[in-house]
Amino acid sequence: MPEAAIPLLHIDSLEVRFGAVRALKGVSMDVRQGEVVALVGANGAGKSTTLRTISGLSRPRSGSITFAGASIGGRPPPQIVRLGIAHSPEGRRLFGALTVAENLRLGACTRTDRAKIAADTERLFALFPILKQRWRQLAGTLSGGEQQQLALARALMAKPRLLLLDEPSLGVAPLLVRQIFDALGELKRQGVTMLLVEQNIKLALELADRAYVLRTGSVALSGSSAELRDSDRVAQAYLGAAE
Amino acid sequence: MSGFEYIVQQIVNAVSLGSLYALVAVGLSIVFGVLRLTNFAHGDVMMVGAFTTVLLNALGLPFVPAMAAGVVGAALAGFLIERIAYRPVRDAPDVTRLLTSLAVTYILENLGILLFTSSPRNFPLPAILNESWQLSGGAITFTNINLLTIALTFVSLLLLGWFITRTTTGLGMRAAAEDMPAAQLVGLDVNRLIIVAFLVASAYAGIAGVLWAAQAGVVQPQMGFTPLLKAFVAAIIGGFGSIAGALLGGYVLGALEIFIVAFLPSSVSSYRDAIVFSILIAFLLVRPGGLLKPNREIKL
Repeated sequence: MPEAAIPLLHIDSLEVRFGAVRALKGVSMDVRQGEVVALVGANGAGKSTTLRTISGLSRPRSGSITFAGASIGGRPPPQIVRLGIAHSPEGRRLFGALTVAENLRLGACTRTDRAKIAADTERLFALFPILKQRWRQLAGTLSGGEQQQLALARALMAKPRLLLLDEPSLGVAPLLVRQIFDALGELKRQGVTMLLVEQNIKLALELADRAYVLRTGSVALSGSSAELRDSDRVAQAYLGAAE
Repeated sequence: MSGFEYIVQQIVNAVSLGSLYALVAVGLSIVFGVLRLTNFAHGDVMMVGAFTTVLLNALGLPFVPAMAAGVVGAALAGFLIERIAYRPVRDAPDVTRLLTSLAVTYILENLGILLFTSSPRNFPLPAILNESWQLSGGAITFTNINLLTIALTFVSLLLLGWFITRTTTGLGMRAAAEDMPAAQLVGLDVNRLIIVAFLVASAYAGIAGVLWAAQAGVVQPQMGFTPLLKAFVAAIIGGFGSIAGALLGGYVLGALEIFIVAFLPSSVSSYRDAIVFSILIAFLLVRPGGLLKPNREIKL
């Protein structure tokens, strides 16, 4: 099989349980190098759980996660970061008592190429100029939009081969949501591979090449963003979950 | 003795006592930050530091190297306690972990009694540290051990400040204290952070243990109990889990205790601890999060 055909991330029949609750009931999906893939669906469909299991915060009960040829299911989060997956979690989860600079420094804590960190920080300023202004400010004092930009920047500081994004528009003023998605579009042009969870399905499908629609722990639908945009089955998948 | 000199004298005493409370309280806060555990064995780590110093000094090691060895011994004790007792119950319910921490306390104290009996032993303070300085014609007196306590605390706390604001490991410790899963997601090795936290906190307990014993003049296996209780109070006053809060709380408590004795009539001041704890209760009713309120709820 040619190199390009092997997906960067391959998930096969992933099952995750929390006590008696089956949060994921056999989810399979692929993310190829350079692709942006959206993961959409109603609340509780298992989108965040999928991301959390990829990054090692939740353990799979069965099924497999393969990243760049290595099986990573059930490994601890720091190992997974070192392998090249960075996760910008839901609710941003910044270190509020630390400054913007310190949050970014910790974002790069797994890196050994120290000399390049400063240059990468400069590149992030081009993408998120506000962070340069807020450099010495405590992360907890930033606005929602600024915090979201910092959360993205912190994840990017790890120089990931795959970026997991959980709800980058959540708690962000509408005007800034556009700005954040513009930045994500720029990252896409630069070739960053992303797996994106997003409630705003319109924005998600605009950015993504392909999407999976999750419904109560299973993939209900998948296809290219263009196909899904024109299909009313996406709406049905949502409604189905709401019943 | 004039009123002014009396006050200066009491301030010196308050800073000296507060320094000891601060040193112990900071260690409690560091461990609480990464583990959400009130480490009751922290006082016994002080005891390990003091006894190591006494024993090595008795074996012929000069006082200063013996003291350094005491600090290392305390750090090692903290490392072993984490490894042997706390790590296996890290994901257990809070009550289990709290009981584990109490159990470690009893085991260490009884081990101390078994080895050294419970009767106090002299602490071999070099004569030079007992010498005192007189100011204003003897109206203000402070001993070298007071000065050493204050100086060592300041140096230690400056080092700690550098560590938690300038090094990646120190920043990581604060990050983990605020949000453990997020710390893992940026790739911080939580196991390593917890080990470092125990080493640092226990080394500080070791310094405090040696200084406490030096001021008391004796060591005995249960010597850690009172400072632990006081440091616990100090940490709560400051805002439990906050390192800066523990520091502040230590000095506030030291000042309270000294000033109550110094400025209230002796018929009242003999109830010092009762007064201090009443103030604490009243204070917590008004400000449950402490002076520097950490931005989250604290579970003990």
